[in-house]
Amino acid sequence: MDLGSFLVQLLNAVQYGLLLFLIASGLTLVFGIMGVINLAHGSFYMIGAYLAWSLAGKIGSFWFALPVGVLLTVALGMLIEWLLIARLYARDHLYQVLLTYGLILAFEELRGMIWGNDVHGIPVPAPFTGSIPLTETLAYPVYRLWISAVVLALAVAMYLLIQRTRLGMMIRAGASNREMVQSLGINIRMLYRFVFAFGVALAAFAGMISAPVSSVFPGMGGQVLIVSFVVVVIGGIGSVKGALVAAILIGLVDTFGKVTTLELGGLRVLPDLAGMAMYLLMAGVLLWRPEGIFGKRL
Amino acid sequence: MTEEKDLRGRRAFLKQGGALGGAAALGALLPAAAIGQTGKIRIGLMLPYSGTFAQLGVAIENGIRLAIDEAGGKLGGREVEFVKLDDESDPAKATDNANRLITRDKVDGLVGTVHSGVALAMVRVARETNALLLIPNAGADAATGPLCAPNIFRTSFANGQVGYPMGKVMAERGIKNVVTISWKYAAGEESVAGFKDAFTKGGGKVTKELWLPFPNVEFQPLLTEIASLKPDAVYTFFAGGGAVKFLKDYQAAGLKGKIPLYGAGFLTDGVLDAAGDAAEGIETTLHYADSLDLAKDKTFRLAYAKTFKMQPDVYAVQGYDTGLLLVQAFAKTKGAVDKPALIKAMEGAVIESPRGTWRMSKAHNPIQDLYLRKVVGKENRASGVAVKALDYPPADRCKMPGA
Repeated sequence: MDLGSFLVQLLNAVQYGLLLFLIASGLTLVFGIMGVINLAHGSFYMIGAYLAWSLAGKIGSFWFALPVGVLLTVALGMLIEWLLIARLYARDHLYQVLLTYGLILAFEELRGMIWGNDVHGIPVPAPFTGSIPLTETLAYPVYRLWISAVVLALAVAMYLLIQRTRLGMMIRAGASNREMVQSLGINIRMLYRFVFAFGVALAAFAGMISAPVSSVFPGMGGQVLIVSFVVVVIGGIGSVKGALVAAILIGLVDTFGKVTTLELGGLRVLPDLAGMAMYLLMAGVLLWRPEGIFGKRL
Repeated sequence: MTEEKDLRGRRAFLKQGGALGGAAALGALLPAAAIGQTGKIRIGLMLPYSGTFAQLGVAIENGIRLAIDEAGGKLGGREVEFVKLDDESDPAKATDNANRLITRDKVDGLVGTVHSGVALAMVRVARETNALLLIPNAGADAATGPLCAPNIFRTSFANGQVGYPMGKVMAERGIKNVVTISWKYAAGEESVAGFKDAFTKGGGKVTKELWLPFPNVEFQPLLTEIASLKPDAVYTFFAGGGAVKFLKDYQAAGLKGKIPLYGAGFLTDGVLDAAGDAAEGIETTLHYADSLDLAKDKTFRLAYAKTFKMQPDVYAVQGYDTGLLLVQAFAKTKGAVDKPALIKAMEGAVIESPRGTWRMSKAHNPIQDLYLRKVVGKENRASGVAVKALDYPPADRCKMPGA
């Protein structure tokens, strides 16, 4: 691999990593900070993508569809937290797993009833339709670079919100001791409802802005669910910074795993096992630091 | 107005339900031996009715029903009863489901399915129980290759069979160096193998095979690699949502128009609305195409659209041909469920299909014409026959048990 292609692959890796962070960011809040195991995270991602497609079709503009979609999914998140999740905080994690798995099935059926089972595409919205030529044969889509910029801004905002604001302090306090926070006079119910809804909206937002590059199709949520959990676990539960680092690490491992040829003892290891690279990384990190890279010591 | 329509619909439904219930009750009273020759013929439909492939399951069932309805609604003079089962495209449940239809529901013939993993489990059950199995879609080469059996037939295609003609076409065009890209799973590997077989025979060279783990859709690193390898062309196998994303990424990476993209027909089937102009001009091979100049295709498309209020696709055609095969076989045995006679009839069947006339190979896979198609507007327009009467993968990969 010459230097030129190495640099392009590096860009691919970072860009993919940022996209992974975006997808996992909602889960970082809900699972990482609230401690709720939300298997339906992928479903919210899918709902976001379908909303972007149907709203952009109805409204006529992707950019107007975005805020409308975010508001709708915040409302959906509030409703689900109030109706279902709030009843399970006192219970074992297994109940959350069962409930949110049920939500996956329910959302999948609803999606079929409302939007059907077809594959849909959303055109890349103006003004990001172009590509920047890098070599004579390769160009880089501007929209992907724009996504990266949005994700970086989002990462900084999330970090500041959670680490530096009063609201973030209450959220973190609630995560470590719910009863104590409540007895200090903070409305923890409303706070959690807000955080859960924010997490849902983030997942849906990720689905919306990646829809033009990933297209919209049934089962798309399942593909992102596992990788989202891997990001949160590698990064360390509760750490936004960790999730960002983990996502970029996965981006690097996945990208270079796919394009490197590696033989060990006559057996072709890469790229044949590239699909496993992410999990090997996770296993390695957990052996080294069971709490994840930036997780609190257990 | 609509209310009246609804009521009529409901009454018709009730009537049908009543008739079905009555027949079932009658069936229960008759001794089993009598059902064997005079009762209804029971056809098991093990298809996906939920999940990603749900529409494919419906299209296949519609096709089968249309073919049997056109033959007077009967098989060899006997009424037909369908036993439907949703296979959920779940290989883990496939063996139990197939066994249930064969041993509990005692179907006379089993039809299924779309997903290759599920179909291979059905193949194993059919080999153990000697039940008659018709595969209306799943392209796994093995089903009519190493795992073939006298009682197993396929009415669709083998994965390698769809890749092979594209290799021939590209070699004939004088293309020398090709990079292939696909998912690393059976369908992708078999498609690329079929392509490579014909392409290298024709003097071409596959300079690099690029693979992604299924169902990963992060194509960017591999597109970067294609751009730096600069092959004469790219051959690809992707389907569904992954195909749309691949077409769009290929265009966004600036490769479209610089390095020509070719593929197995699934790349551009059922995805043209979603892919938009990223698919325009892409050439693929498949055993069916839009706007075929065949009288049979025109009448089929008209009848299908009229009956089901939707346009048929390649899956509907495969279902229709499955129905035609059943009609022909049972006509030969005059409705008797005589397995050796049915198998003999199916082996000799000539199917006048909307895709063109075809017959069964020694391995029980269609010997059929493969079309070269080009995306024009929202259509996979046939630009000619890539290979006539293709029997592929070679029938010698199948050693028929007992033959």
